[in-house]
Amino acid sequence: MSGRGSTAAVSGNVQARLGAFSLQTGNFSWPLDGITALFGRSGCGKSTLLRAIAGLIPRASGTLRVGEALWLDGRRQTPAPKRDVGYVFQDAALFPHLSVRGNLHFAASRAPKGEAPAAIDQVAAEVGIAHLLDRRIAALSGGEKQRVAIARALLSRPRLLLLDEPLAALDWKAKDELLELIGQIARTQRLPMVLVSHAPEEIERLAQRVVFMQDGRILRIEPLTEALMRADSPLFDRLGPVAVLEGEATPLAEGLAQLRIDGSLLTFPAAAEPGRVRLRIYARDVALARSVPTDISMLNHLPARICGFAASRPGHSLVRLCLADGQGLWSEITTPARDALRLAEDEAVVALIKAASVER
Amino acid sequence: MTLFGYPLDLGPLWLTLQVASIATAILLVPGMALAWWLANWRSPLRAVVEAVVALPLVLPPVVLGFYLLVFLNPQGWVTQTLHSLGYEGQLTFNKIGLIIGSVVYSLPFMVQPLLRAFESLPRNLLDAAATLRAGWWDRFFNVVLPLSRGGLIVALTLTFAHTVGEFGVVLMVGGNIPGKTRVVSIDIYNHVEAMEYAQAHMLSALMLVFAVIVLTIVYGLYRHGNKEHG
Repeated sequence: MSGRGSTAAVSGNVQARLGAFSLQTGNFSWPLDGITALFGRSGCGKSTLLRAIAGLIPRASGTLRVGEALWLDGRRQTPAPKRDVGYVFQDAALFPHLSVRGNLHFAASRAPKGEAPAAIDQVAAEVGIAHLLDRRIAALSGGEKQRVAIARALLSRPRLLLLDEPLAALDWKAKDELLELIGQIARTQRLPMVLVSHAPEEIERLAQRVVFMQDGRILRIEPLTEALMRADSPLFDRLGPVAVLEGEATPLAEGLAQLRIDGSLLTFPAAAEPGRVRLRIYARDVALARSVPTDISMLNHLPARICGFAASRPGHSLVRLCLADGQGLWSEITTPARDALRLAEDEAVVALIKAASVER
Repeated sequence: MTLFGYPLDLGPLWLTLQVASIATAILLVPGMALAWWLANWRSPLRAVVEAVVALPLVLPPVVLGFYLLVFLNPQGWVTQTLHSLGYEGQLTFNKIGLIIGSVVYSLPFMVQPLLRAFESLPRNLLDAAATLRAGWWDRFFNVVLPLSRGGLIVALTLTFAHTVGEFGVVLMVGGNIPGKTRVVSIDIYNHVEAMEYAQAHMLSALMLVFAVIVLTIVYGLYRHGNKEHG
């Protein structure tokens, strides 16, 4: 939690009571940059906290500071229209009596110092809805609605973008495209975001840090890579532990790209677009060898050091690997395999990864 | 004026439209405020207030008119208080009485459709508007009203039409004074009492045509509005 104490942070301690549910965050602070994910089971209070940050919980109390601004002080609240936030709702919440352009104009005309109409066309192009501007809201698909909602939120010139499960109602293809779009906006516009999600995949692809919540409380706030290095991380689903590797990608021919990790290269399936990428690799897709094997279809051979072991399902063992550049990786192997290789902590191994199993 | 050779007094017709228009206009803003307040009020007491507002729907109009007559009588405290403040006239058996009676009688017809419209507004549209820097009045005029257009049209029409058609309340509070408080419905009743069926027919037919025209316009507007909203 590097942001504690500095001004460029989201910090405070928020209480709210809604019927039988009560939000009691305890003291919290995270840096006001990148994408912060609020994660927990449904009913854990992550959406309530997001709404409190937006000023949509009239009876919230406590303190909430975003950057220099004190938005909640005891029972005194800065009203939602006076907070510099954008909010993207799960169901988009577009105004049905206005066209797409009308929705965007609603935001642009109320933004600080106004916005030239050209800004609408520019943002619409960035978000990929330029061809939809004169459509009625009812004529949009789910993915298109969320794009319009994102464009609308951006046009009000927020300093913090809040996203409340924006992908939950979408099919996988639209979800994939929007994940890409959200990540791209966060990078290019340097707009800090808070993303509520119960889907680990969304968090693993987008977030820099994770706020774990349970029963209305914040359990802990961790950088994503740290959160993924706990063998019992709540982010792991039925497919088991997963690690993320980040780096600069260089396109390769035929729908493949390569990620440079220190001295070695990791090949993965991707469209040819260079730039920073994040890859997800499941423990079950990583095999271990004592030396670089030859005559094998798995071309990804990453030198690694064994940093630790953890319990896994019966008959299996989890091996935590540290790569040359400090990034972490999980490997799940069977207990007989572990015994046969006589693996021990701090030893050098080679991680074998099937390129086709690597996901964005 | 004569129609088909029969004399027709347009006075009651004119008075009816006047009273209905004024009562509807008076009810518009307080009706909206009351409906908005009820739609957002989370309290067990809300049922009581809703019941009181809906009372004129179930109470026989004559009963309502009787209580109003008692309440507003020239010796009553309401009129006496107004007199002490310099008001010379009275609140019954004149146009003011008719309007007061109409306003009370028609209140639920203004409030109920608006209440339903406000309740069915998706809350997150208002939240979205708030996060887009729209203040309360901004949200009300640019989100609430456009999305409640159907309910507003129904409320205005029902209020106006019911005021036009009322009988019991105006008879009790207004009396039956020719040229002063005699509205169309009472006029028709008088013609029937006097066996003047031709005049009763003409007035009734006028009311019928008027009702059909008003409803056609309203449903046309309502459908158009809904189509726009998808």
